[in-house]
Amino acid sequence: MRVRAIAGVGALLLLTGCGAADMTKQASPFANAQGAKSVTLSVQSWVGAQANVAVAQYLLEHKLGYHVDTVRVDEVPAWDALSQGRVDAILEDWGHPEQEQRYVKDKKTITAGGGLGVTGHIGWYVPTYFAKQHPDVTNWKNLNKYASQLRTAESGGKGQLMDGSPSYVTNDKALVKNLDLDYQVVFAGSEAAQITQMRQFAKEKKPFLTYWYAPQWLFEKVPMTEVKLPPYKEGCDADPAKVACAYPHTPLQKYLNTDFAKSGGKAAAFLKKFKWTTEDQNQVSLMIADQKLTPEEAAKKWVDSHPSTWKAWLS
Amino acid sequence: MATVTASTPRALPTGLLKHRAVHKLLLIALAAAILVPLANAQWASGSWPAALTVDLTKPLSGASDWIIDNRDSHPLFLYFFGYVSNAVVISVHAVYVVLLGAGWAGVTALGALVAWRVAGVRLALGTTAAFLACGLLGMWVPTMQTLALMVVAVLASVVVGVLLGLAAGLSGRMDRILRPVLDTMQVMPAYAYLLPVVLVFGMGVPAAVLATVVYAAPPMARLTALGLQCADKEVLEAVESLGTTARQRLLTARIPLARKELLLGLNQTIMMALSMAVIASVIGAAGLGDRVYQALASVDVGAALAAGIPIVLLAVVLDRVTGAAGDGTEGHGRAGWAYALAGTVVVAVAGRLLGRLDWPDSWTLNIAEPVNRAVDWMTNHLYSGVPVIGGTADWAGHFTTWVLDPVRDGLQGLPWWSVLLIVATLAWLIGTWRTALTAVLAMAAIGVLGVWTPALDTLSQVLAAVAVTLVLGFATAVAAARSDRVERMLRPVLDVFQTMPQFVYLIPVVALFGVGRAPAAAAAVVYALPAVVRITTQGLRQVDPAAMESSRSLGATSWQQLRQVQLPLARPALLLAVNQGVVLVLAVVVIGGLVGGGALGYDTVFGLAQGDLATGLVAGAAIVCLGLMLDRVTQPTERRPGKGA
Repeated sequence: MRVRAIAGVGALLLLTGCGAADMTKQASPFANAQGAKSVTLSVQSWVGAQANVAVAQYLLEHKLGYHVDTVRVDEVPAWDALSQGRVDAILEDWGHPEQEQRYVKDKKTITAGGGLGVTGHIGWYVPTYFAKQHPDVTNWKNLNKYASQLRTAESGGKGQLMDGSPSYVTNDKALVKNLDLDYQVVFAGSEAAQITQMRQFAKEKKPFLTYWYAPQWLFEKVPMTEVKLPPYKEGCDADPAKVACAYPHTPLQKYLNTDFAKSGGKAAAFLKKFKWTTEDQNQVSLMIADQKLTPEEAAKKWVDSHPSTWKAWLS
Repeated sequence: MATVTASTPRALPTGLLKHRAVHKLLLIALAAAILVPLANAQWASGSWPAALTVDLTKPLSGASDWIIDNRDSHPLFLYFFGYVSNAVVISVHAVYVVLLGAGWAGVTALGALVAWRVAGVRLALGTTAAFLACGLLGMWVPTMQTLALMVVAVLASVVVGVLLGLAAGLSGRMDRILRPVLDTMQVMPAYAYLLPVVLVFGMGVPAAVLATVVYAAPPMARLTALGLQCADKEVLEAVESLGTTARQRLLTARIPLARKELLLGLNQTIMMALSMAVIASVIGAAGLGDRVYQALASVDVGAALAAGIPIVLLAVVLDRVTGAAGDGTEGHGRAGWAYALAGTVVVAVAGRLLGRLDWPDSWTLNIAEPVNRAVDWMTNHLYSGVPVIGGTADWAGHFTTWVLDPVRDGLQGLPWWSVLLIVATLAWLIGTWRTALTAVLAMAAIGVLGVWTPALDTLSQVLAAVAVTLVLGFATAVAAARSDRVERMLRPVLDVFQTMPQFVYLIPVVALFGVGRAPAAAAAVVYALPAVVRITTQGLRQVDPAAMESSRSLGATSWQQLRQVQLPLARPALLLAVNQGVVLVLAVVVIGGLVGGGALGYDTVFGLAQGDLATGLVAGAAIVCLGLMLDRVTQPTERRPGKGA
């Protein structure tokens, strides 16, 4: 092993040699330690993304013989890392037009990898137990009536609208202002904090109003009902300051590093074909987040019970 | 104006200082009488006047775009940063492969034998236990990744730190240039470094290592300079009289004389580097930090703890071993080292022959589940509805409504010039006109950057958290100073709190206190408390025993003794504890942003998450300015260059 190590270092030195040192050609120092072909996947912070990566990783490792590294990266920096070749693929993107323009259309360092098969939707949600008691809360026009019930120490005299991680797409501040709502947007700062708070509220059957998104495993634990916002129309969210409409339904997309897409062999072909449904993803997410299975165990369970789905990706 | 003059006498120590303090107050009052009406006439507004701000959004996003567009083609990147990055990747890879090659038995043996040579048998046993625990927790490979990264980062930090320290220690001019830079880096929150480094190097290990070096090198530089400056003058003269050259003097006298400081610097550097291990995982550092970070996504405290414990163990072991090296208690026989090396090779080869290089999967212990159950139980029972005292959620609510809100609204309600005036007065009373000027300029810089309002919000959280930390810290320290048993019991607890990555306790903190500024304050208190307790205990214990004895013979009760003898005599230590408390609380403001603290902390996280250099860097700079200001306001005059670290 040690001989191989020295040889490896020597080879790396030779590779760099003199001349330009291109950072896009560098791999992680931890990759490739066992000498296998390796793929690096980006895992974003939410569990749905973990589920995609877990299943892809399991199949790549056990059916195609790759070594897979995963790196946890926030959404926007992930685009950057993808363009530099630090990661080979993003399996779930919620729409970043600015980055798409820059990297896919202008620099061509990233290639679109097709749809994931899952449709994402962002919205405002209240817990179902609260919606059942007060059915009219599910329309934004009546939200002000409930502001006093949704007050917390943090929101002061107004009702609290809880937002999550700073990496997520949100128009909530503008929405509250433009819809003239008596609410204060409180940023939980991370998804972990937001989920923890929602679960604490749910344990006590307290009402709350939150920014949330589907598909998400938490719906199985804390049933929530969406609050209707003024309907989404193409382009109604063009000016971030003037948004007064709901969030769109987004078919989630995959993206690959261009070099990887061209020369990534079976792994690249597999990742392009990787496509499943919202239910599939939720099943795996729930196993990870709620039953506390490791992503690998969860992936194995799903793979064992859905052979027809994944066999199509390998062909 | 009235508020300022009314509040100052309380801040004054009585006695000798009074005369000078009155002088200073009069001067400030005079300056204020002239400047305030002018400022008020020109820019009459409560908050910082818009006319005095500079919008950096355009140039910063421009710079960020330029870097992204030119990163793959510009010579600066191809021929400089590219090589730096390559060198890091190659070194980390080399260390990692050697560690894996030595196998778990070899690495454990090496650690134990080095600890034995440096610090004795007890620490050797401790080191063995620590490494085995890492394996038992199922974290062997991540631990090795973190270790590989740490080895490279610490070595680089030591080289950079020693070079800077030599420059500062040997030349008064370099010292004057470097000192403010190192001061600034000391108060800069680790998060603020990440964004620019990521922009240049991209996600991954090179960026993580470099951010760690930037964070961990300053203490090495400071202590090296200090060691060189404090060398015994007589010894140096004696060496000089032997007709040595400057280089010989440096190598044979000055550096060996500074050994203690150099080893303390190494110790500090290792601690700082380890505390970056988790934060750097945000930019792709892999290893243990990444495990902690991934566990957060599924809200899994147990899994986060399983990855957090090895960090704590590494930190404690490395701290004790380098600390013992600094004391120089053990012998330095060459033969012993040879035995140690031979022992390591034997164990590594044996491990290899037995085919046991990787930690066996069956030897792992799953602690995640019981930990999660315990945390659930705790949060369920404490969150609300506890009879009489109310639940933690109620406390958090009251704390927010009755402490945080009034302080924030009060600060934000003050006219901008009066904030500057208060800062100037406090800093001058406790320090010199130089520290006062730095403090005022730092505060003004926050206004100029256009983040006055969020900065005051952050300031209010820092003040509230510091107040809680000091009350708890002083109370604990008094108990620990009076009883050896309490101190011995506290030591491991403090170690754990100090080294446990903050990401691990984010979820329990939210589960107990909800989302908002209260949990942010709680996280800050947990982080800053150990240092405050330590410094205060030490200060109280070092009070002259004769003074204690004489007061006891005069019939003082133990409460009187504490209040009238111990606390006044330990005043320098108490002030240092306040200063450290403030700096440490500020250091976790960004972490507070992750649990709903909002303000500058949130902006920094937002900048990193969205790749938004303008928001992130400005917020980071404002945190640095706040840190500088708070440090100056709480830094007593005695701490002049050359007199102590």
